[in-house]
Amino acid sequence: MLAGREGRRRVILSVDLAARRLGLRPGTPVAKAQALYSDLLIMDADPDGDRAGLERLALWFQHRIAPIVAPDPPDGIVLDTTGADHLHGGEAVMLENMVTRLKEAGITARATIADTLGAAHALARYGRERITIVPPGETAAAIADLPIEALRLPADLIDDLHGLGVSRIGPLAGMPRAPLALRFGPDVARRLDQAFGRQAETIVPVRLQVPVQVSRNFAEPISAAETIARYITKLVPPLCARLEEREQGVRRLDLLLHRVDSHTEAIRVATAMPVRDVRRLTRLLCDRIETIDPGFGIERMVLTASLAEPILHRQGVSALIEEEEADVSDLIDTLANRVGTQALYRFAPVESDVPERAVCRVPALAPEDGREWPDHWPRPTRLLPRPEPIQTMAVLPDHPPVFFIWRGIRRRIRCADGPERVFGEWWKGDAELTTVRDYFRVEDTSGETFWVYRIGDGEHGETGSQGWFLHGLFE
Amino acid sequence: MPVPEPHPALEALRAQISRLEGQSRHRRGVIPFGVPEIDGRLPDGGLALGALHEVAGGGNDALNAAASGLFSAGIAARTRGKVLWIATRQDLYAPALQQVGLSARRTIYVAASSDVDVLTCFEEALRHQGLGAVVAEVARLSMTASRRLQMAAETSGALGIAIRRWRRQTDAVDFGQPTASVTRWRVSVLPSVPLPVPGVGRSRWLLELIRARAGECADFEVEACDAKGRLAPCRLALPAALADRPDQEAAGHRRARA
Repeated sequence: MLAGREGRRRVILSVDLAARRLGLRPGTPVAKAQALYSDLLIMDADPDGDRAGLERLALWFQHRIAPIVAPDPPDGIVLDTTGADHLHGGEAVMLENMVTRLKEAGITARATIADTLGAAHALARYGRERITIVPPGETAAAIADLPIEALRLPADLIDDLHGLGVSRIGPLAGMPRAPLALRFGPDVARRLDQAFGRQAETIVPVRLQVPVQVSRNFAEPISAAETIARYITKLVPPLCARLEEREQGVRRLDLLLHRVDSHTEAIRVATAMPVRDVRRLTRLLCDRIETIDPGFGIERMVLTASLAEPILHRQGVSALIEEEEADVSDLIDTLANRVGTQALYRFAPVESDVPERAVCRVPALAPEDGREWPDHWPRPTRLLPRPEPIQTMAVLPDHPPVFFIWRGIRRRIRCADGPERVFGEWWKGDAELTTVRDYFRVEDTSGETFWVYRIGDGEHGETGSQGWFLHGLFE
Repeated sequence: MPVPEPHPALEALRAQISRLEGQSRHRRGVIPFGVPEIDGRLPDGGLALGALHEVAGGGNDALNAAASGLFSAGIAARTRGKVLWIATRQDLYAPALQQVGLSARRTIYVAASSDVDVLTCFEEALRHQGLGAVVAEVARLSMTASRRLQMAAETSGALGIAIRRWRRQTDAVDFGQPTASVTRWRVSVLPSVPLPVPGVGRSRWLLELIRARAGECADFEVEACDAKGRLAPCRLALPAALADRPDQEAAGHRRARA
């Protein structure tokens, strides 16, 4: 059962078969349902996810069945199958096939073919059969017996109509138009006309995003790096022009080079932000020419924007006081294509007292959230990748060591700060339930400063082994 | 430390030399340290922007580059714009850099796989117009490489800092090789400022200006970077009574001689 908010109440939005047998219906408040049946399995509705899923499904239908397909939120998909059914063995076979395939994918579906979108919509939801085919011209008879909820009218209008004693489409269609329009507005008449086919209704089809692609064939195979570079500079501008029509920018660009020996060489460049700048894309591609093996020559070059995203134009805030920060995304792209995207990062704070968990890596151009580390505790410049054990002599429980031996060198400690106690994060695992680290900042006689810690609080054995470790270097 | 008086004849000579070097068009200003003793020793009164500077740690710090890293971070913190930090060893701890004023929001790290990668990225970044400072940790820096980097920095006006960080102590003799960088620094740690109570005081560094183009070499004792990346001159008149341990002084002298 799915629950969601409707106004200020939390109500049931959708139920499965078992819940329906219990008598639960969409619209019941969740609290009431829970009072009736305490062991209900309630999940939160995800309308955005549903819509996205519906769109994906619509694309799949477009791919398989008919070219004009549109999602019909919240729970339907409309197809214009005119001229497409014979490809699938007739209307009945086509519908059967669709429903079976959806069932295999775990979706219970009902399918209807009718003359009009309104009628098909009504019959698919309120008809008796799982699969319905209304022969041409019999639409009016087929939907006359359906409840008026099937007409895609707003809920309050339906309530008002029920108040009048109208509950079926047939009687509603028979009522005089003028008083209806006067009382309920134009919607009722429009929906009736749409259902009976007296008013046209268009389906706005989903559009499959074909990636932008430009190509060039060569009469003579090319192989010199300069020639390849020249043709890259010729391919990029039309690509950018076509992206501009779609208001998109490139996130990933593939250059395929078909060789005469039917091998294909490929260059792939990626950008951190959508880019449509001819010079910048050309530069990114030309940087990678040296990785191409032209073999006996290249006879065809295809440039594809395999991942494109809309470029969002923002209005810049013109601050007269602040200097505008220069854009470094082009440098980031150049470097990322050289050393890899993973190798470019920024550090971001994580709310954790354990030093090695207090930082995480985020992409170089990730949005800033303004958080910072608390800066009242000393932190070392270099943090060792893993703490190294040291031998020490220290007075327990809370004195810094007198000396320690690290990497074979014995250092006498001149002064120290501490302890800074860090408790284990018990929510991470049972092992950390009782563990404690006591950090000291110690300076040896030559002035070098280290960050050392002891596992355990120096008194209780369950807090740790009381061993000493060196974790970082100050200076 | 006496600050040299500006001499008009010397200034004129400097201007003539820089004209001969063809740099006058690229003069981008400087980043002063805010410590008159140091700024007075540097031509134009600070670290030149649009130039390459080399920093190395003294003693063990040649391997760890903790003090030299913090020194560089303090300089980078006082530039404007993003900072790119290129390194092969990823052991820099960002909260510490924030404590010298280099916020994590400004700093982009590049994990390079080799010294060659570091140098390529370094040069590429120095050519970019939009960065405030580019810091790279590199072991070997040949004359050719440093000249390329210096020229790249001149084109953009970014501050380039090469932290020399070696894998072995014996490799550190490399720091004596000739270089095209404008200044060359060695940062060694000194015992921290003694406190009247138990605890670690503000760290002190011995800054050795080993090379400065159109300037002289000098040694400075400074207190380490504060929360805004600024150094402070050591209060030289440190009463001997405060330095309660005798070995501390000895260690200081030993470092100063090294």
